[in-house]
Amino acid sequence: MVSTLNPDMAISVAYIIVAPFLGGLIVGLDRKITARMQNRIGPPIIQPFYDLIKLWGKEPFLASSFQPILAMGYFGFIFTGLILLAFRQDLLHIIFTLTLADICLIVAAYNSKSPYSNLGGRRELLSMLSYEPLMVLTAISVQVVTGTFLVKGIFEYGTPLLLLMPAAYVAQQLVLIIDMKKSPYDVAGSGHAHQELVRGVYTEFSGYTLALIELGHWTKLVFILSLISLFWAQNLIIGWALALLLWFIAIVADNIYPRLTWKSMLRTSWVLGFMLILANFIALAIWRVI
Amino acid sequence: MKTMTKARLKSPWVLHYDCGSCNGCDIEVLAALMPKFDAERFGIVNIGDPKQADILVVTGPANKRNHRVLKNLYDQMPEPKVVLAVGTCAATGGIFHNCPNTLGGVDKVIPVDVYVPGCAARPEQIVDGIVLALKKLEEKSEKKEVAK
Repeated sequence: MVSTLNPDMAISVAYIIVAPFLGGLIVGLDRKITARMQNRIGPPIIQPFYDLIKLWGKEPFLASSFQPILAMGYFGFIFTGLILLAFRQDLLHIIFTLTLADICLIVAAYNSKSPYSNLGGRRELLSMLSYEPLMVLTAISVQVVTGTFLVKGIFEYGTPLLLLMPAAYVAQQLVLIIDMKKSPYDVAGSGHAHQELVRGVYTEFSGYTLALIELGHWTKLVFILSLISLFWAQNLIIGWALALLLWFIAIVADNIYPRLTWKSMLRTSWVLGFMLILANFIALAIWRVI
Repeated sequence: MKTMTKARLKSPWVLHYDCGSCNGCDIEVLAALMPKFDAERFGIVNIGDPKQADILVVTGPANKRNHRVLKNLYDQMPEPKVVLAVGTCAATGGIFHNCPNTLGGVDKVIPVDVYVPGCAARPEQIVDGIVLALKKLEEKSEKKEVAK
């Protein structure tokens, strides 16, 4: 049945198309802000796009013939998650699509004999182990509040989620730092190889496969920020302000902290993150009973 | 200028390899990458992975121990790429030119595009050398586009 284009649908489609490029701009802005914090002028804001185009034009060096498929899978699954989010689907589906994307990256890292790449893959698994439970627990808290896992339910719910689950919002800071691969929790490979031997999980990527991974990373950034913006879904401008606040704190943390060990990442995210979300969860349950 | 060439010039990622230098030039290379000169405003990033690098910065003379490593790093870099030899040792072998264990300049092992003289080369000169290397990169990039 063909109906006239729904304005909501148009916004969703526009969001899907714009998101990867918006991610590139956000990364560029991040590099500029980081440079200013270090008293430098910094690269132009469109620098990530130059990097991407350059990488696309490099001679392809593949670790295996399976690698480009996995790089495409990484971008593809994140993009699928983005589409699910734009059409306000199930939160759990969205989070598990993101997991699939990460699995692609890890398998690609294990897909060569390079010890750096394998070590990076192992550490990427540990990062996943740190932030995935936090995201799933947050989704469950959302279900407790709104009665549904659908993102649509959050939009239709009267009160902004931030007022009901402030502690869960704070816990998203950990998710964002680990996902953006920022210090102190950039154990699997930082953005620009500042603090490691080679490039961690990205070691074996070059040319267009690295470009795909980079594009996936931009999309993932917008995707995670969009998920955080759901904490004030009633007015998405406030939602995005909340998301960008966490993003800015992540950049500040990146500039003042060295990298910590993976053990401290696990400890912080499991103890602090779990405690924040579970406290919120219990408070919500008690509030429900009353 | 084509978009691809422009992007290549705007985003040169540097791989730094110490081929047995006295560390004088390495300290100067690091000085050229420090916040005062802010190489990142030209998109220059010091990267540890040869597979992702565009410019190979070599310091020190090639010797019989590490020339294979140097060749290996060079071979692992995808085209288009340029090589910058920093310091007198990397250019000619310098004071090590007649040592039994050295081969001489880096150009005995891999083709060098730009030589930066000096013992040790000054950071301003290194930055200047990278700008010259970018011109080489532009030539190579355009040649490659024509060949396509």
